[in-house]
Amino acid sequence: MDLEEAEQWANSSSGNESRKELSSNHPPYSNFDSAQLQQKWDDPSMLDYGVRIEQSFQEFNQPNNDQAKIFGQEDVPMLDSVRTDKIPDWDPGTMLNNLSFLEEKIHQLQELVHFIGGKRSQVLGRPDDLVAQQKQLITADITSIIAQLISTAGSLLPSVKNTLSNTALSVGQLSQPGGVNLPPELGMTGCVQHQNNGGSKIPDESINTDLTANYGAEQSNNFDEHEMKDEEDADEGENLLPGTYEILQLEKEEILAPHTHFCAICGKGFKRDANLRMHMRGHGDEYKTAAALAKPHKESGSEPAVIKRYSCPYAGCKRNKDHKKFQPLKTILCVKNHYKRTHCDKSYTCSRCHTKKFSVIADLKTHEKHCGKDKWLCSCGTTFSRKDKLFGHIALFQGHTPAIPLDDTKGSAMPADHGTGTEAANKGYISPANFNFPSNSPGQTAAQNIVDDPSAFFSPINFETCNFGGFHEFPRPPFEDSESSFSFLLSGSCNYSQKTGGDSNSNNLE
Amino acid sequence: MTENKKQKSEETSTNLFDFLSEELIFSILDFLDETPLDRKSFSLVCTSFYSLEAKHRKTLRPFRHHYLRKLLTRFRNVRRVDLTLCPIVTDPSLADISNACGDKLRAVDLSRSRCFSGAGLRCLAVNCRNLVEVDLSNATEIRDSAIAALAAEAKSLEKLSLARCKAITDLGVGCVAVGCRKLRLISLRWCLGVGDFGVGLIAVKCRELRSLDISYLPITDECLPSISKLQHLEDLVLEGCFGIDDSSLEVLRHGCKSLKRLDMSSCQNISPVGLSSLSCGAGDHLQELTLSFVSPVTLALADSLTKLPGLQSIKLDGCPVTCDGLKAIGNWCTSLRQLSLSKCPGVTDEGLSSVVSKHKDLRKLDITCCHKLTYVSIDHVTNSCTALTSLRMESCTLVPREAFVLIGERCHLLEELDLTDNEIDDEGLKSISRCSKLSILKLGICLNITDQGVAQVGFCCSKLVELDLYRCKNITDSGISAIARGCLDLEMINIAYCKDVTDSSLISLSQCLRLNTLESRGCPLITSLGLTAIAVRCKQLTKLDIKKCCNIDDSGMTPLAYFSQNLRQINLSYSAVTEAGLLTLASIGCLQSLTLLHLDGLTPNGLATALLTCEGLTKVKLQESFKSSLPQPLLKHLEARGCRIRPTMLEAKVRGHHVARLRTNLVAQLLELLRASFQWL
Repeated sequence: MDLEEAEQWANSSSGNESRKELSSNHPPYSNFDSAQLQQKWDDPSMLDYGVRIEQSFQEFNQPNNDQAKIFGQEDVPMLDSVRTDKIPDWDPGTMLNNLSFLEEKIHQLQELVHFIGGKRSQVLGRPDDLVAQQKQLITADITSIIAQLISTAGSLLPSVKNTLSNTALSVGQLSQPGGVNLPPELGMTGCVQHQNNGGSKIPDESINTDLTANYGAEQSNNFDEHEMKDEEDADEGENLLPGTYEILQLEKEEILAPHTHFCAICGKGFKRDANLRMHMRGHGDEYKTAAALAKPHKESGSEPAVIKRYSCPYAGCKRNKDHKKFQPLKTILCVKNHYKRTHCDKSYTCSRCHTKKFSVIADLKTHEKHCGKDKWLCSCGTTFSRKDKLFGHIALFQGHTPAIPLDDTKGSAMPADHGTGTEAANKGYISPANFNFPSNSPGQTAAQNIVDDPSAFFSPINFETCNFGGFHEFPRPPFEDSESSFSFLLSGSCNYSQKTGGDSNSNNLE
Repeated sequence: MTENKKQKSEETSTNLFDFLSEELIFSILDFLDETPLDRKSFSLVCTSFYSLEAKHRKTLRPFRHHYLRKLLTRFRNVRRVDLTLCPIVTDPSLADISNACGDKLRAVDLSRSRCFSGAGLRCLAVNCRNLVEVDLSNATEIRDSAIAALAAEAKSLEKLSLARCKAITDLGVGCVAVGCRKLRLISLRWCLGVGDFGVGLIAVKCRELRSLDISYLPITDECLPSISKLQHLEDLVLEGCFGIDDSSLEVLRHGCKSLKRLDMSSCQNISPVGLSSLSCGAGDHLQELTLSFVSPVTLALADSLTKLPGLQSIKLDGCPVTCDGLKAIGNWCTSLRQLSLSKCPGVTDEGLSSVVSKHKDLRKLDITCCHKLTYVSIDHVTNSCTALTSLRMESCTLVPREAFVLIGERCHLLEELDLTDNEIDDEGLKSISRCSKLSILKLGICLNITDQGVAQVGFCCSKLVELDLYRCKNITDSGISAIARGCLDLEMINIAYCKDVTDSSLISLSQCLRLNTLESRGCPLITSLGLTAIAVRCKQLTKLDIKKCCNIDDSGMTPLAYFSQNLRQINLSYSAVTEAGLLTLASIGCLQSLTLLHLDGLTPNGLATALLTCEGLTKVKLQESFKSSLPQPLLKHLEARGCRIRPTMLEAKVRGHHVARLRTNLVAQLLELLRASFQWL
């Protein structure tokens, strides 16, 4: 992958709406996005993020590559140089560190060159392959040392701009003759990227692990979303004339039965036949044939299909066939969801906010995915996942005010008639509107929540606050539910706090 | 004053003042508003005057927040509290103000203060229901919550300045928009956290808005449609909004009919194409247009603005100018009152002449640093624009000395004239002295003028308020004393580096009782004697610069400390003042700014004592070595009192620069070596 590609990706990840939506399930992404938006508008670090991912990908995909390892080792001194770059005035301490690092590396280089010089005279009599092997090793060493030298030296320059232009140039020039002995294009591009992002983000082992965790989670989420879509009532715009379709009405018990498809062998229940068929594959090869996996009614499509629509058994409901303005339901699934949502108790409570209740478990899951992540809160208690939605809402209604996140109040009393303070607190809502994470003293929130409700302690918000101290200190949840989105939240916040916590923190206290 | 005393003597015998109604005394007091000292004298006459004056006082500008409570119990009818002189204003102080003033309070200015938070602001808003004006500029520490607390309560707010409140975001501004529906003026200048959403919401909710300043905000096209729908908007400042381009201005085409003043300085993405959309719709009532540092003044630009019927003032500072562009401006059908071409490269005699010959009603003309102008231009300007009141032409170096005679001959209405760094001589000055309304005259670095010319100005221009004679090396005591005799209203004078000026100048200047600023830097002949004269008589003195007056010593400080109770700013660098003098100075209650570089007789201990005594200090400039020798707790204490101690960074800067250059060189060499070694490989 070359630099342009990386940049393109970075751009698309920052600017593209769809990309944002895709990543909105992932706190590290979304947090980062919002953080970026809040930062100085001309801050070019939007780019960094994409580049960073790219890099870590490279390393992750080819962990055995020598070059990658070398760059990994280099992280420590680079980290220092990063700080110097971020501060407009350079820091003499780090400069000295960098310089001594350079000195050391130059010594290494000298030794190597001496070594080569000494060898050249000796090797004449030796077998060719041995010489070649040795030479390759040495040049690999030299390449790596020089790469490190360039990156560290570049960080000494007064400004990031200089760093970029100077070193990028030199690297470009270097790699031209280097066609002979520069096997690791990857290493060099990695180096270029270092310079390009001003050395502000360093590839780190933790990112790799986080990323894998994230991607794992993403897959499972995708599955969830797929399921959600199926369950949506999709018959809103339908205009079938009465009588042109057959009306079926299931009984209440039938609707509320948890599963309708049962495995003939083990008895496990499923909501969908397709899932059952998938399950059956595990019981033997005979279930893996195309015929067994195909939809059973596929062939019978030749006869004119009678359009089937469903009626809700609840008398007086608009979806009931006796209603004057009867609107039929399209599928059994629609019937089930409709019945549960409209005519049943909401028995599922969100484990995070403890206020929202649902009767369909899928709705709960959808909510939980976003619960606590609605950063934009109105004084009326409505939350929004997007800032423009909040401002649109406020522009529309009289008397609604944007609610200021709690962490921002800083001891000053919120107006009593605001009505948001209490509600927000009830919901355990701390809006990270301004910053990446709430900055009120972590102990306090956590402690409060523990007193209120032990399970609230494991809400993602609290992870974020507890994270303050660092990765190792924060408590692990006692359960690992892969269905819920905890697992990736967890890894997400780790990643996040390690990578950007420091910066945003200082930003916060500015 | 004298009248008052006379009245007082009558009072003791017949007590006529019992018959004088409060209203009458109040209307007398209304005439005393100009100078604070008169009010003070009035209130010192007797107890009844004291209480009457206290009752009458509408504006309060305290020096320190410590006295607030006392002051507020004395002045019960204060409408306006100006806290610009208090660097520290805490929440309890704001609570005091709000409790004491209550519903009478109309305006609070916190633009120079810090250490307050949302709690204090909320207190203010809750208790003072009629609060109309709040200035929170430069409150870089306050956050959305504080703004929200204010906005939730201050329903009647009409003017709000949040300039440089960098920590607030769209949310805070959103709260303002929702809470303060009566807003007429809001400044969000430099609020970098505020973007389209916040500005858009302000425009949607505050329909009464008259003035909107969103300079340097990261806004884009998004918020302009709602701005353009504001029915009453008169003043729109879009300075440095880089996100605004021609297509954004298209939106304004159909709205903003009421716009009178538009400032688009430094909007780099604006071209004549965008500006032409102004002339179609928004520009009907446009009177003032500022396009400094926007785009070159070409024919296209001038043509694009040709349909602005009401345009009176245009500022094109810093824009490259072509002759065609200027000629086209000359052909506009409107009659300009004000034209600013300051620092415009490309202004020639031909171009300027064609403009001024058409716009004969011009009142203000700024041609600062138009280096190509010659006699021809000045001839045309003075010939056609005889009604000029302000002419600024600093550094028009090609204009010969004869040209200045024309100014005096033809433009009698001039009130402000800036001739800094020009070839003017005594003949010119004598001619200019005919402008009897002249109040501001700047003659800095005019090396050809002598006492003769300046004396003539002194004889004739009795309304002179400000005179700048910086580095006029030929000026001596006779010139200055003529000025002092003739211009009794003089408030500011700069005689820096007029090396021949002696104490007698200062003694004569002490006749100008209104003098508040005296800059006599680098006048080695001035001694403490002259300074004493100034101190004794010029009670209004607030700014004094005696840097490099090496003959002024501690004896000059004593009268200063005793008489100049209004002194706020003093520069003592390189003078002979020692720590004893500094200690006496420290008794001046309202002293805020001290510059103390290279004072030989200063020890760290003396300095520390002086700094501790002088409670109102907000800014102290010291050598770096001195700062490091001060004890840390003292520095912290001063910091907490609101005093910033700024070491001169000169040494550090030079050092840093040197190192940076070395470093760049080294790195370049290193990279070169590395490249070579690679090639060798």
